[in-house]
Amino acid sequence: MTQDVYIYDAIRTPRGKGRKDGALHEVTSLRLSAQTLNALKERNNLEGHAVEDVIWGNVTQVMEQGGCLARSAVLASDLDERIPGLAINRFCASGMEAVNLAANQVKGGAGNGYIAGGVEMMGRVAMGADGAAIAVDPTLAMEKYFVPQGISADIIATEFGFTRDEADQLAMRSQQRAARAWEEGRFDKSVITVRDQNGLAILDRDEYMRPQTDMQSLGGLNPAFQQMGEVMPGFDKVALMKYPHLERINHIHHAGNSSGIVDGAAAVLIGNKEFGEQHGLKPRARIRATAKIGTDPTIMLTGPVPVTEKILKDNGMTIGDIDLFEVNEAFAAVVLRFMQAFDVDDSKVNVNGGGIAMGHPLGATGAMIIGILLDEMERADKEVGLATLCIASGMGAATIIERV
Amino acid sequence: MTDFTLNKDADGIATITWDVPGKSMNVMSFDGLRDLETHIDDALADEAVKGIIITSGKEGSFAGGMDLNLLAKMKEDAGDDPAKGLFEGTMQMHALLRKIERAGMDPKTNKGGKPVACVIPGTAAGIGLELPLATHRTFAADNPKARIGLPEILVGIFPGAGGTTRMVRKLGAMAASPFLLEGKMVAPAAAQKAGIIDEVSADPMAAARDWVLNAKDADLVKPWDAKGYKMPGGAPYHPAGFMTFVGANAMVNGKTQGVYPAAKALLSAVYEGALVPFDTALKVEARWFTNVLMNPSSGNMIRSLFLNKEALEKGAVRPEGVPDQRVKKLGVLGAGMMGAGITLVSVQAGIEVVLIDQTQEAADKGKAYSASYFDKGIARKKSTEEKKEAALNLITATTDLDALKGCDLIIEAVFEDPKVKAEMTQKVEAVIPEDCIFASNTSTLPITDLAKASSRQEQFIGIHFFSPVEKMLLVEIIKGAETGDRAVAKALDYVRQIRKTPIVVNDARFFYANRCIIPYINEGVRMVQEGVEPALIENAAKLVGMPLGPLQLMDETSIDLGAKIARATKAAMGADYPNDDIDPLVFWMEAEGRLGRKANAGFYSYDAKGKREGLWQGMGDKYPVAEEQPDLIEVQHRLLFSQTLEAVRALEEGVLMDIREGDVGAILGWGFAPWSGGPLSWLDMIGAPYAAERCDQLTEKFGERFACPELLREMAQKNQSFYGRFNPDAKAA
Repeated sequence: MTQDVYIYDAIRTPRGKGRKDGALHEVTSLRLSAQTLNALKERNNLEGHAVEDVIWGNVTQVMEQGGCLARSAVLASDLDERIPGLAINRFCASGMEAVNLAANQVKGGAGNGYIAGGVEMMGRVAMGADGAAIAVDPTLAMEKYFVPQGISADIIATEFGFTRDEADQLAMRSQQRAARAWEEGRFDKSVITVRDQNGLAILDRDEYMRPQTDMQSLGGLNPAFQQMGEVMPGFDKVALMKYPHLERINHIHHAGNSSGIVDGAAAVLIGNKEFGEQHGLKPRARIRATAKIGTDPTIMLTGPVPVTEKILKDNGMTIGDIDLFEVNEAFAAVVLRFMQAFDVDDSKVNVNGGGIAMGHPLGATGAMIIGILLDEMERADKEVGLATLCIASGMGAATIIERV
Repeated sequence: MTDFTLNKDADGIATITWDVPGKSMNVMSFDGLRDLETHIDDALADEAVKGIIITSGKEGSFAGGMDLNLLAKMKEDAGDDPAKGLFEGTMQMHALLRKIERAGMDPKTNKGGKPVACVIPGTAAGIGLELPLATHRTFAADNPKARIGLPEILVGIFPGAGGTTRMVRKLGAMAASPFLLEGKMVAPAAAQKAGIIDEVSADPMAAARDWVLNAKDADLVKPWDAKGYKMPGGAPYHPAGFMTFVGANAMVNGKTQGVYPAAKALLSAVYEGALVPFDTALKVEARWFTNVLMNPSSGNMIRSLFLNKEALEKGAVRPEGVPDQRVKKLGVLGAGMMGAGITLVSVQAGIEVVLIDQTQEAADKGKAYSASYFDKGIARKKSTEEKKEAALNLITATTDLDALKGCDLIIEAVFEDPKVKAEMTQKVEAVIPEDCIFASNTSTLPITDLAKASSRQEQFIGIHFFSPVEKMLLVEIIKGAETGDRAVAKALDYVRQIRKTPIVVNDARFFYANRCIIPYINEGVRMVQEGVEPALIENAAKLVGMPLGPLQLMDETSIDLGAKIARATKAAMGADYPNDDIDPLVFWMEAEGRLGRKANAGFYSYDAKGKREGLWQGMGDKYPVAEEQPDLIEVQHRLLFSQTLEAVRALEEGVLMDIREGDVGAILGWGFAPWSGGPLSWLDMIGAPYAAERCDQLTEKFGERFACPELLREMAQKNQSFYGRFNPDAKAA
């Protein structure tokens, strides 16, 4: 008894710099989560036991983000306490996985409606603060040739032949496109203003962007992962053990062509036809397909390619069936590799910029880019869109949506 | 006979003295452990005993470590379940050392224990340090010659009697790593500075007695047994510790290329141990220690790098009944690089050397090599002016052959030309005593042929050094057809004097080492010609534990030498010559002047200062990289089989007379994958049936050079191993 699943709404907070002087640094993970849930509730009149569950993606689940933040966020929000909460972690795709899980629950008949999304306050809870056996346990780290993501991104660049210039071009484009999107108000209907407990505005616009970025300013940045790769502790040697046909790793990534460390949250309202009818809501898009896959953990970030191949094949589609793509800009090489593998024109990919310009709040990004994709499909009148992310430890996730 | 004795004195101090009869340095055995435990129990139970001092009866040392034969025995004694035997044996060791460390203390209050001190008169290695680490305070003699440390990793295991757990908890993972991961040994003062031992003094026994008589309850409690203990530098999930552990994995992985199980197991013992209380950490350490001992690599490494290496050094293959042949006066003919190096290592051993060359200038230059070697040592405080002077006084550099008159061994290291060598042989034999042994350091010319110039062929032998002489540990001794036992004994006794490891082989083209290494280099060159990514070739070699990839090795030894050997081999072999396919590449590089490192151009590019920059990109223009690349295992097997099959053929043809020499010689001679224990150990590891099958596959795909030798085929059919068939008595640890 499978049924169609729809997106009824998708919202997100603006992204604040994930640093001590970032605008959202004063906001707790709990408050940002609750405020996002409240905004979704208000926009869609979600009174009472309106949804089956809140599935909340979050990567660094310790301290204020620990202890099943999903349930805490529901309790801290205006949602009915009969709505439980599920905290999940699939690293950078956590927000997308929340959406996909919710969609598949509905599809399988486990309830009519869900809220799915995520949060990450990277400035408050540092990446890696939750530990990771894959990085420190020798039985895994050594056997599977663990290297940090920046090294993985540089392996992609080396293996698939991307130059520093190509990566910087992509970064500059991301900045220009994000700036244009904000200027033209393309994000207006989905970005909520983050407010304090007195209703005073704290942030209403992505804070991380550098619209003035040009090739020259990017060219001045030092490779971020060269030292750890070549000198201390020497991750390149480990990378070459897994990729022995390479002589050396070409370190092209730096702060300007990698995703930004930011704070932010996003939420998507998902339900079947009946859910929309019950709440008087009009579906904006159908979630046509979802997929996830595991890949080599050393190069780690190539997941968007095999997961896209899988989702297309499983659903009898081809790459030509997709009108628009959101490929998370974790690192420039990830997106370059995606476009190279599918021979997709960059005019269809991340048309309103991405994580390089606006930042990548780990647990939230997956839900954010689904919303951004949907907004653009409506604006540009496109039918089918695909969002995908690379994932730490070597995974990939994808979602295909189509307008109804 | 007992290894430990107990003496109680009027002050209430029980002194336990470790003094293994018949050994110059203590080693730990089962009996020793039992002895020690009996005395510890006695001293702890005796109310008259206030404190305990453990020391050594050996002058200048505490203990050299564990008897490595014992590990093999532990496995054997456990019958069908060797892992159980090893684990339980290790846990018993932990229990004893833990008993010493707790010394009767109340587990809750940490009170009421007896102080246990350890007095270390000198060198303390392996369990010789693990035991002191379990006592409450260590007192070392101020003996700069002593070496203190845990060298286990060097023979393929790691400190498994609590040394790993205690060092990490004492120093932190970062500070402990040079000692655990590199087996670093230091003098007592440095050991104290590092925090491994507590006190260094001229009279450590007096200091220890004083401490024992005055120790308070709190002085006996180890940091890890006290409340609130935190690991120095941070445990794995402490923010600082996290980075240390992430970095350690990468560093060790990169450095060892993942082929040494002991390094991995050690890191796991450290990581997992750091996350649990001390006693659990010891159990974790014991499980990983067992795991390493169960890995064939560790047994093979112990067998080749420790047991058999030592056996060969002590004369395992020395002809019986030949009296002591130690060299008193050595004549070295030719003061080039090899002659100068041979002179240096000989005078270091206190042997008088007459160094001959055609001109006084050349002879002096050869002597100056020793002078500059000592100067470097003096600059690094490893040597002294007195030592330099004493060494140089032993060298007579001259052009006068008459100076060779009193020599009892001659080593000829002149130009590699049979005529030149023959002439020298005859001229020198006219001068030297009749019983003098004459050796050639040739690396390419058959000894039997060179011997024909001698009037005393039974006294003619090959002593083949590797370059640089002072660094390379192996010496290959080659018996010509007529070489007699006394010549072999002379060569062996000489090699023992200069503290290198000998192997004795019969005469055949390229002897043993070069015979195996040349096909390895050729296989690398062959793959370049086929279009295999040069980086893949080089990395594949490193990933099986070869110190240098074949292309880098070719650059180091020089392309023109390779070309010269190729031409000479072809001339000698005629139609049987197997390398026609690769010669064009080698000759082309020779013609292009890409002669290797010495020309700053070869398979690699070099900067003006001679620093290797990377693989030469121009190679692809001449020999383009193929679209399809082989998988890593195939490249590795080509590189390994090209060497190991030569070793088997050498054995089959009787060039190699003892498989131990085949393995030890390969590791020390050209760095053959030490983790495997040597080429024959490696074949045992993969099993003869699989090896033979792989030969057939490689032969079909790449040619007859991989044809399975008859011997290996037969062993495959009978499912035999080399060590089972040829050396059943030698135990693998």
